[in-house]
Amino acid sequence: MKSYLLPEFLLDRDEDLCTQCGACVKQCSFGVHSFDEEKGKIVIHPEKCTGCQRCVIFCPVNALRVTSAPPAYRPNACWTGERIQDIKKQAENGRILLRGCGDDSPHRVYWDHILLNASQVTNPPIDPLREPMELKTFLGRRPDGIALEESQIGDFEVSKISTEVPPSLMIETPILFAAMSYGAISYPAFKSLAMAAEELGTLFNTGEGGLPKDLRRDYGKCAIVQIASGRFGVDLEYLNSGVAVEIKVGQGAKPGIGGHLPGEKVSPLVAATRMIPEGTDALSPAPHHDIYSIEDLSTLIHAIKEATNYEKPVSVKIAAVHNSAAIASGIVRAGADIIAIDGLRGGTGAAPKAIRENVGIPIELALAAVDDRLREEGIRQRCSIIASGGIRCSGDVIKAIALGADAVYIGSAALVAMGCTLCQSCYTGKCNWGICTQDPHLTKRLDPQRASQSLVNLVRAWSFEIKEMLGGMGINAIDSLKGNRDQLRGIGLQEWELDVLGIKGAGE
Amino acid sequence: MSKRRQNRRVRRVIKEKEIGACSIFGALNQAGERFGGEGVVRAIANMHDRSNGLGGGFAIYGLYPEYRDYYALHVMYENENQVAKEKAEAYIHKHFDVVHDEEIPNSGEPKAPNAPRTWRYFVAPSEKVDAFENEDYVVQKVIELNSTIKDACIFSSGKNMGVFKGVGYPEDIAEYFLLDKLYQGYLWTAHGRFPTNTPGSWTGAHPFNLLDRTVVHNGEISSYGTNRRHLEMYGYKCIANTDTEVLIYATDLLLRRQGLPMELATKILAPPVWEAIKNEKEKERHLLTTLRQVYAPLLMNGPFAIIIASHGEMIGLTDRIRLRPLTAATSGDMLYLSSEEASIRLISPKLDKVWTPNGGEPVVGKVTKRVKVKNEVLPLARVSA
Repeated sequence: MKSYLLPEFLLDRDEDLCTQCGACVKQCSFGVHSFDEEKGKIVIHPEKCTGCQRCVIFCPVNALRVTSAPPAYRPNACWTGERIQDIKKQAENGRILLRGCGDDSPHRVYWDHILLNASQVTNPPIDPLREPMELKTFLGRRPDGIALEESQIGDFEVSKISTEVPPSLMIETPILFAAMSYGAISYPAFKSLAMAAEELGTLFNTGEGGLPKDLRRDYGKCAIVQIASGRFGVDLEYLNSGVAVEIKVGQGAKPGIGGHLPGEKVSPLVAATRMIPEGTDALSPAPHHDIYSIEDLSTLIHAIKEATNYEKPVSVKIAAVHNSAAIASGIVRAGADIIAIDGLRGGTGAAPKAIRENVGIPIELALAAVDDRLREEGIRQRCSIIASGGIRCSGDVIKAIALGADAVYIGSAALVAMGCTLCQSCYTGKCNWGICTQDPHLTKRLDPQRASQSLVNLVRAWSFEIKEMLGGMGINAIDSLKGNRDQLRGIGLQEWELDVLGIKGAGE
Repeated sequence: MSKRRQNRRVRRVIKEKEIGACSIFGALNQAGERFGGEGVVRAIANMHDRSNGLGGGFAIYGLYPEYRDYYALHVMYENENQVAKEKAEAYIHKHFDVVHDEEIPNSGEPKAPNAPRTWRYFVAPSEKVDAFENEDYVVQKVIELNSTIKDACIFSSGKNMGVFKGVGYPEDIAEYFLLDKLYQGYLWTAHGRFPTNTPGSWTGAHPFNLLDRTVVHNGEISSYGTNRRHLEMYGYKCIANTDTEVLIYATDLLLRRQGLPMELATKILAPPVWEAIKNEKEKERHLLTTLRQVYAPLLMNGPFAIIIASHGEMIGLTDRIRLRPLTAATSGDMLYLSSEEASIRLISPKLDKVWTPNGGEPVVGKVTKRVKVKNEVLPLARVSA
């Protein structure tokens, strides 16, 4: 049946430059370019194009242009081209609309409405190239204070701490790689994150798909191992293979629903790692079926602590929703050492479009509310907060920390560093950049050496920028920016938004 | 604005912090012998140009030996608010037994406008509790009175010590409160203030005090927001709109409530950089790392030089990269701390030792002997014999 959908991208091939070499045909897994025997030349099928730009980059003679072409229906502010296309698509296939990557709808990005402070006169800015500038960060539960052994008080040389300080994670920069499972992303992409985390002195998160055995020895020390509702690849050895365990309750891109890794992506190694039969769909239920209440979560947290000999902090990841603050308080009281909050714009390999653009709240507001609530209850010290979901640059990182986060997770930004162009077609399993696919012809396109170096470069560059901004505020340790909302001002925000963020307006 | 709107607005009021340059000075007789304030006043006056007439003050230890067992509450009543005085006195009488009260003597001629009435009350908690809870009780009542009764402020609450402060140059304040004529102490600290972004206020002048601990501070605390929000979790209320307030609360939390030794507390307020910690021996590395991990929200970031005093002890400290000046000197039993060396030499030309401490390295002076003053033993509770 003839599809009534319009192509979303316009492809332009400069016939003068094109040598008919076939690179584009080979590069495009979606079949946009194909060789027409009859015409004796390469032809284009624009309706298949996702706008990933792979062919443009790899055309050896720069003969290709791919431009976004919003469907040219009669302009209508209400019935936009996107809405019309969605309706036509669903009329044709009767299915839920799927999308990869984070929410792209124009909800307000609060980071862009927050401005930072800098020192002038009364307080010297500090030059990070000449003075120490510290980004070292601890994650985990901290006691309210420490006690020293009585007999040795005052004798600094031998003062011994008698307070038991719970296990914590030490990272060199407050940026971690967000949970992206092996299965959702390719082996080389997964390994690149591990390699970069090791070199940077930070951590990556395995996501819910287990940790391949061959990576445990070298990269376990920089891994947070995640368990989600599907419990894929979880056994005692897995729980003990990383430095921390994260219970994933929710994800910002799709709060309240589970996950679905199609059987096509369950390759032999993915199957072995996840401990499921090859080629079967890996379904994560919406809830954890052993967590129907906060006391169940507490039981699971303590079961994990028991299984890991109380040596590893336990994190609980939730999606940012309306009552995140109260939920977070419960999570801390249930015994979690770290809370990860994933905002509305958090990435995903696949989410129903309806969920992605309609459910959850922005991370900025959720983060501020959670930090406030934990402080009101006097339990902020008992956990660390990792914020995630749409952290795009160093400015977002530093604003998140000033709002109250201890560190941030980056997912989409890390993928973009490796080559991703946010074409949102991750769920097809045909990622041309070799990131979100298990097709061996595609995964081999990603070289872990190069990709991990790109990740290292990105996080180093951001860390330099954070140091510059920190120094500008006259602060030489990231600790002194945590929750320091005095350093922030809002611009273009309404009163209630400033209230929730707990910041003043610019000029106030 | 609607009522609801106003209420919401209050929710996000973020405390202003005053910032500025300043002069600080401290003199401790390590034998515990009391001396008059003439030298200290001359020394701080010599740094006249470091302040701008918007704040000055002094703390004197060993001040009230005749009332040494009673908390001496110094209270300001601002804006000629007679109701404030009535309310505050009702509050004080409700929670304490007052053995004596009087107006704090003054010359009657303040140099600055809006001088509040200042009154002092010698009190004991009306509920008999043990010594530690006793102190907690006083702290709670001080914070409560200061945050609930408008125009009333307890600005000094220790035993056998007192703070005198206000708007004006420090020498004006000394003259107004007749300090060099009336009082003697074994430890004096002084402060001249140069606030830059808010008008000076009597309550906002230094020293800041809680129980017998005082802080005088030159600098700006860029970590103020972090420090304040952390301390609020432990029941402190920042009401003075100045960053120095977090120092007094942080030291109260660490030294009194958590019982850490001063040497360690200084490593929390101005910890060594990670690069330096890395090179320490195993045990110290562990200790310093744990301190930074646990107490990260109490790291005082930004330029500062401070003198922290309590009975029997005076500590000088600068921020860890030493962005504000501090000079230390000794002469016989005397230990001096000053923003400028010249002020020390002005009142004590012959010095045994003069040095400039490194960033984050505390200068610790302690009274080493118990001495008799007016046939009474000074209660130096915190001094190891």
